[in-house]
Amino acid sequence: MSDITTLSLTEVRDKLARKELSAVEATSACLARIEATEPKIHALLHYDAEAALAAAKGLDAAGPNSDQRLWGVPVLIKDAICVKDAPTTCGSKILQNFTPFYDASCIEKMRAAGAVILGKANMDEFAMGSSTENSAYKVTANPWNLGKVPGGSSGGSAAAVAAGQCFAALGTDTGGSIRQPAAFCGTVGIKPTYGRVSRYGLVAYGSSLDQIGPLTRTADDAAAVLGVIAGHDPKDSTCAPRDVPDFEAALAGAADLAGLTIGLPDEYWGEGVDAEVRDACRAAVDTAKSLGANVVPVSLPHTPYAVATYYIVAMAEASSNLARFDGVRYGYRAPEAQSLEELYELSRSKGFGPEVQRRIVIGAYVLSAGYYDAYYRKAAQVRRLIRQDFLTAFEKCDVICGPTSPFAAFTIGQMSDDPLQMYLSDIFTISLNLAGLPGLSMPVGLGAASAMPIGMQLFGRAFDEATILRTAKVLGNALPLLPRPAAV
Amino acid sequence: MHISSEDAAKVAKLARLRLDDDKLERFAGQMDGILAYMETLGSVDTAGVEPLYSPVTHETPMRDDVAAKACSRDQILANAPATDGQFFIVPKIV
Repeated sequence: MSDITTLSLTEVRDKLARKELSAVEATSACLARIEATEPKIHALLHYDAEAALAAAKGLDAAGPNSDQRLWGVPVLIKDAICVKDAPTTCGSKILQNFTPFYDASCIEKMRAAGAVILGKANMDEFAMGSSTENSAYKVTANPWNLGKVPGGSSGGSAAAVAAGQCFAALGTDTGGSIRQPAAFCGTVGIKPTYGRVSRYGLVAYGSSLDQIGPLTRTADDAAAVLGVIAGHDPKDSTCAPRDVPDFEAALAGAADLAGLTIGLPDEYWGEGVDAEVRDACRAAVDTAKSLGANVVPVSLPHTPYAVATYYIVAMAEASSNLARFDGVRYGYRAPEAQSLEELYELSRSKGFGPEVQRRIVIGAYVLSAGYYDAYYRKAAQVRRLIRQDFLTAFEKCDVICGPTSPFAAFTIGQMSDDPLQMYLSDIFTISLNLAGLPGLSMPVGLGAASAMPIGMQLFGRAFDEATILRTAKVLGNALPLLPRPAAV
Repeated sequence: MHISSEDAAKVAKLARLRLDDDKLERFAGQMDGILAYMETLGSVDTAGVEPLYSPVTHETPMRDDVAAKACSRDQILANAPATDGQFFIVPKIV
């Protein structure tokens, strides 16, 4: 049989359902691909071939089940999401020995749908970073060019999908951490509406921003996975008690974009965007027009304030969330601590990496008495204005479109000594998290200068993932398919 | 607002982090730049704007207060750095 790891998730799923392929064969193919590519890309923190094959054997013994929408499909999970009996480190030394005894709600749903979980993908420590260079364990390389970053913080998930190690991976997006690595690695990545997917079992970073979502090769694949993990969960009170549409049915038969109005925000298409990114994204918008879409200008005037707003909110929430890591109940404990205070301080000082410490300190500062109003409250007010910008823009259009990142994947080490520069690279992704709306990044070609993948974002109204998925599918079908990454 | 390494040390202490002098000096410099950047928000007119702390628009009721056993003592203690089999062990406090 030809290499099945080049197929899309929906193609493999169809073969599995028709018994042209067994779950064990699909799993073995991915494991072989992991063995071949992992020495080059270092995308994974943990995988368990034995457990994956045992799960696949169990599925084969029971036979395909049309109610299980991911039956026999091998997947990988970002290491911020708890998977029962698998190490969950969040890319941090402070959790190096942590093995949850329960599944996150999205993992329960993935298992119930028949997915085979292969292992855990590398990430920036506690999802803080835009390059996967901040992992305490390893630096993941971009499968398109091993000298470039895969993006972050779900860089391991994106690299694994691009390299064919799995057919889908779950990531998390606090400020663009699904969409930006999807763009850098040439995959599709969707950040669902805040509240669409339960966060129960996700190690929290910025609780009012974090969402779990899939990274896949196609929009159809993303619809298949999102349909499985979405839905109300009483274990997460922020998870919306509303019905989940059949995303796959919403995409079936979609052939053109007639009747769709796409808004182009001036603020996303001007200065600061590399020419190759602008050219590739403009060409994709022209393709959308040729498919029947109507294109209108829109404005998101508070965009210049999004980065500052985002980092105040995210760091404040991080400093609060990460207070639980105290060396008492789980995680790393400094062995030399003599008092309780020393136990806290030494465990946290040795367990957290520098980027996490920096964000905790700034987060504590912006929340401290005397500065709370000037920073945190002010940021929360600007956050409302940023959301209002989107609501106003969506009165004129159905989808908002712009580049995912101002540039293609950058060189490993290029920004690691300049945190502010790294934060500014998230300028086009973070507004959406502040507003809580859904967004998808899709590949629109390779950059003329860099030969690296270029990603374009589609933003949607709250809980209207179906429209951005359908747009991405139709547009994706009309654009040339990216080949398998050259470096692997 | 200028952040000195003493300021950074004070906040780090509040956050239960013990950082060496080199790191404090580096953090203070970086905080200076990052906070100066954040202060650009001061130019946004937010008079009368209600802060948005969460994008959730639905009611978020608490679960019913019903006692239920979700896991065993062994499971909870399994990830602990030190236990006596029944309790977490921490250094003596008093």
